Amino acid sequence: MSLRIPLRPLARILSARDSGEDPSAIEAENRARRHEEMQARARGRAESRLLVLSLFFFAAFAVIGVRMGMLAASEPMEPRAVALGAQISAARADIVDRHGRLLATNFDTHALYAQPPQMIDPERAATELAKVFPDLDAAKLKKDFTGTRKFLWIKRKISPEQMQAVHEIGEPGLLFGPREMRLYPNGALAAHVLGGASFGEEGVSAAEVIGVAGVEKHFDARLRDPARTAQPLQLSLDLTVQAAAERVLMGGMKLMNAKGATSVLMDVQTGEVISVVSLPHFDPNKRPRPLTEGDASDSPLFNRSVQGVYELGSVFKIFTAAQAVDLGLVNPNTMINTAGPMKIGGHRIGEFRNKNYGTISVSDIIVKSSNRGTGRLALQIGAKRQQDFLRDLGFFEPTPFEIVEARGGRPLLPERWTDLSAVTISYGHGLSSSPMHLAAGYAAIANGGTRVTPTILKRENAPKGPRVMSPEAAKAARKMLRAVVATGTASFGEVPGYAVGGKTGTADKPNAAGRYYEDKVIATFASIFPSHDPKYVLVVTLDEPVETSGDKPRRTAGWTAVPVAAEMIRRVAPLLGVRPEIEPAPIAGITHTSSN
Amino acid sequence: MRTILFVLTVLGVISLAFWAYRENYATQAALEQIEQLHRDIRQAHARLAVLKAEWAYLNRPDRLRDLAELNFDRLGLLPLAPEQFGLIDQVAYPAPKVPMIDISRGVDVSSQEAGQ
Repeated sequence: MSLRIPLRPLARILSARDSGEDPSAIEAENRARRHEEMQARARGRAESRLLVLSLFFFAAFAVIGVRMGMLAASEPMEPRAVALGAQISAARADIVDRHGRLLATNFDTHALYAQPPQMIDPERAATELAKVFPDLDAAKLKKDFTGTRKFLWIKRKISPEQMQAVHEIGEPGLLFGPREMRLYPNGALAAHVLGGASFGEEGVSAAEVIGVAGVEKHFDARLRDPARTAQPLQLSLDLTVQAAAERVLMGGMKLMNAKGATSVLMDVQTGEVISVVSLPHFDPNKRPRPLTEGDASDSPLFNRSVQGVYELGSVFKIFTAAQAVDLGLVNPNTMINTAGPMKIGGHRIGEFRNKNYGTISVSDIIVKSSNRGTGRLALQIGAKRQQDFLRDLGFFEPTPFEIVEARGGRPLLPERWTDLSAVTISYGHGLSSSPMHLAAGYAAIANGGTRVTPTILKRENAPKGPRVMSPEAAKAARKMLRAVVATGTASFGEVPGYAVGGKTGTADKPNAAGRYYEDKVIATFASIFPSHDPKYVLVVTLDEPVETSGDKPRRTAGWTAVPVAAEMIRRVAPLLGVRPEIEPAPIAGITHTSSN
Repeated sequence: MRTILFVLTVLGVISLAFWAYRENYATQAALEQIEQLHRDIRQAHARLAVLKAEWAYLNRPDRLRDLAELNFDRLGLLPLAPEQFGLIDQVAYPAPKVPMIDISRGVDVSSQEAGQ
């Protein structure tokens, strides 16, 4: 604040009076100056008030604007009515088969836990609990209840009867937490596909259910997606077909004294897997622990259909023959010399039981299963083209089958694809693959030459895969397969009305040292039916079968896998709605012998 | 005039307040009802899920097969076989209906005059 100047300063008045000026002019001047100062002060104050007010308004409008923006940008929803949806109970989507029958669902149950500080009579609680659950140890419970622990889980899942029994103990320190448990109502059926589920993070009031194997793990995110829990995951499996296939295969495995068995039944057009069995199996409701030592294939968890990567033997011969026909190198009636000796890269190529078939047609090479015959075809094809063909059929990659185990089924290929590899691979040795690979390969022959990718999901119309061979070559190969069953090594595979075509394969099992066992084989029968208009591919593989009805044990696929596959087709084809038909006879060639 | 306006305004405010009060409670009641319905729906869903699981469990192929075998004497159920497919030609046409002969009145049959 500046010094206040008097209106009539004495010094100036006196000097003005002395000089004869009007002293009131001085007063007026000073008054005017004082007014100016007052005005300036008032304006300053008003301006600062306006500033504060405008700041306030700005803040208010800004808040409203931001809120409006937030409302406009966020999803519109009613806050209360939606939060309490009906979906809370279903934390994981169901899994159903191709006709909507339940394969996996959720079940409400309870977990039992204890809070020892709240207990009234811990010792009695321990003894009573041990009575309700015989697998619990009373002494250990007593120690836990009387010790320093504040909280412990007693049972993950209990039945309503057990819950009632625990209620009747009347101990306030024993408490229940609600649990959703995964239930597989069909027991061991399709166990390897479904896999299993277990609890992830656990709380008192809830626990998350996570898939640990099979489709449960592969589609874990989709099954747990809260937006899609209402829609079940539909698989391509058919429950009745799967049950019949499991029963036939189980019987066949026992009859043939096999260690394990697997079968794959696939739609040849869409690649949908209708049934896939691997034995021995397990109950996904009580999934056993994985083996920590020894051979993984000894565990029931081992899925032979996708993880069992073996040399499958002569079933591969048809690919060699089909490719040779496709490339125009031969036709089914071209004569090939299969006489020995045949030496490639220092290795002698022999036949089964050192037979000699002489000069026979390509079709007969398949029917009689001649190693040297397919070997000579493979040499004509060449290693490069053989590789490309097998890659096109999917033998170089794990199958895209949608269960987690399938990723582990990587085929074993030779490091260098020499002429010797080409010859041995032509009859199924030197390349290891899973039965699922084989089924996809046969499906390509069966559907007229387009690639098939196996899937476990139901597909309405699958897009046609890329062409891998001409329809004519595929047709010629189908005729050869039919001849194998009609007159060749798979004569037990004949099922009246279904015109089964297929190829047998018996491969010696390799041991840990890389040599082959003398008396352990993998017997495979890969078949298509009905062969004049194929709808399904069935691959049956038996692990270490031996048929002992004769005077010496028989291990070839013709005696072991083929009868099992035939029985399976007889049981399963009617269930699939395939009507038995009389096979169309080849059109008789009419030749004019006389013209008059 | 001013008094009437004043009284009317006060009355208006009171009635609006009463309306708002009622709406508030009606809303709360409706929300509670919704919650109750949601609870019911949830319980119904849970029950439905249990029933579905039970249905699937009771219809599991193992059990049905065992039951079919146990009750073979009464039901005679066998697995579906290819021979069971028939053709439409194998189904016989229904036999033509024979017109009923009206024999409500007695017919005398005698051989007395047969020799003549």
